[in-house]
Amino acid sequence: MIPARGGLRSPYLALFRIRFTHSLQYRAAALAGFATQFAWGFMYILAFIAFYESNPHSFPMTLPQTVSYIWLQQAFMSFFFIWFYDNSIFSAVESGEIAYELARPMDLYARWFSQTSANRLAAGALRCLPLLVVAIVIPAPFRLVLPTEGTRILLFFASMFLAMGVVVSLTMLVYISAFSTINSMGTRIVVGVAADFLAGGYLPIPFFPDVLRFAVELSPFGAMQNMPLRIFSGHLYGEAMMQGLALQVFWLFALLLIGRILMKRALRRVVVQGG
Amino acid sequence: MIRLENISKTFRVRKRNAGFGRALRALFSREYEDIHALRDVSFAVNDGEMVGYIGPNGAGKSTTIKIMCGVLTPDGGACDINGRTPWKHRVAHVRDIGVVFGQRSQLWWDVPVIDSFELIRDIYKTPQAIYKRNLDELTDALELAEILKTPARSLSLGQRMRCEVVASLLHDPKILFLDEPTIGLDAVSKIAVRQFIKRLNAERGTTVLLTTHDMQDIEALTERIILIGKGQILLDGTLETLRQRANINASEMTDGNIATDAEAWVAALYKEYEI
Repeated sequence: MIPARGGLRSPYLALFRIRFTHSLQYRAAALAGFATQFAWGFMYILAFIAFYESNPHSFPMTLPQTVSYIWLQQAFMSFFFIWFYDNSIFSAVESGEIAYELARPMDLYARWFSQTSANRLAAGALRCLPLLVVAIVIPAPFRLVLPTEGTRILLFFASMFLAMGVVVSLTMLVYISAFSTINSMGTRIVVGVAADFLAGGYLPIPFFPDVLRFAVELSPFGAMQNMPLRIFSGHLYGEAMMQGLALQVFWLFALLLIGRILMKRALRRVVVQGG
Repeated sequence: MIRLENISKTFRVRKRNAGFGRALRALFSREYEDIHALRDVSFAVNDGEMVGYIGPNGAGKSTTIKIMCGVLTPDGGACDINGRTPWKHRVAHVRDIGVVFGQRSQLWWDVPVIDSFELIRDIYKTPQAIYKRNLDELTDALELAEILKTPARSLSLGQRMRCEVVASLLHDPKILFLDEPTIGLDAVSKIAVRQFIKRLNAERGTTVLLTTHDMQDIEALTERIILIGKGQILLDGTLETLRQRANINASEMTDGNIATDAEAWVAALYKEYEI
């Protein structure tokens, strides 16, 4: 635990801190996550190798680029995947506990944003290191090749946090939709599966058919894991990379704005379930 | 100063009769019923007053409290609490109020109670000195010293409820809303909570508005009572005037058997108003 120092701290940071430390408690979950993601990544790479062996030139990304895409995706999975929801938000809305959250001097949008980011960061912090270490030491073709230029690593981190911002601000829309559905499970699953597919969670976007790829690259889904993972492997560079980063910033602000407007409307019509 | 003028609130509730056939039919045509939770509710409460807000189940007590806390937005009417409209200036307004929703919990389930208190301190940006003073005073008055380090999930209902009361007072609120604060408490805890609320009102001049089904709470705590039924304010007066009014009617109804204890005369009032 970080010692309490008292004085005036931001309530959002305080909430972030308690959430983060709270999530760090789950060591068994982290270990299981590491094992699952390692096995999953390994399997994925095996499948890709089989395809590449049949014709290495018919693919839009080289094998090492694809391998690096998969390992980083698995390592930072909790930053990138829509389905990594904060279920306590859904249950607060569905059970009526939301009454207490609204009786606090906090902006509900910022509150949910900060607690859901804390969850994602804490889960990622525990899982990424062991996975990355293993991915760097295993032999080729499974090995994760690190970029040699420092700027690329820096841009990767910038793009990764932008991607997480876009992901969180999209999940905020799903949270807000819970106000107008009695049970949000359907929305959660449909949005999760569709968004994660379009974001390149199952197949990198460059592998999509041209028309779909073009549309997705301009959509918010293209501004998620697609950007940092391709920057890291060197598949995206130069002008295209800069355009991509600009698109990430654009979608982040656009989704934040849409979310805030929808939240404001939802709160006017909010119903507290269960009396 | 709390002032409500012609507050009204309607909820739309889906209705259907029991049975599989009816459930199928409801898939195609839905029947809604408008529930008038509040109709033209008006009253005023002065600073430092302690008011009991009573009425049968479903009368609109909790809805009124939630409107005064900024959680719900009414359909019509005006509400002014210390110069602010709760639902319009929610964040600024709730900084000055404390609220206990007896049926819900504001404590963090998995962490020791003291951690929840510190989070609440940070949310309200309460200066450490004031927080420390309030915490010491409150733990002493409600005998909580031994359970502060216990996670909320391991507490009994009575222990938890005392912690809930403390949690809503750490930031020195000027107004305290208590929605069934003694629900499920044993005799000892009830008396402790009552004595404490009384002291708070006497020593700090905190305005208290409480809803309860426990008439002993009302007798022990409040001078003034507001009676609500089917969303309308029916009576507003001192405990004595309500008692007399009930007695007159009770004597008419029960051949001169004058209702003496609070339960009986309140039941007589509910009967009189057919609520």
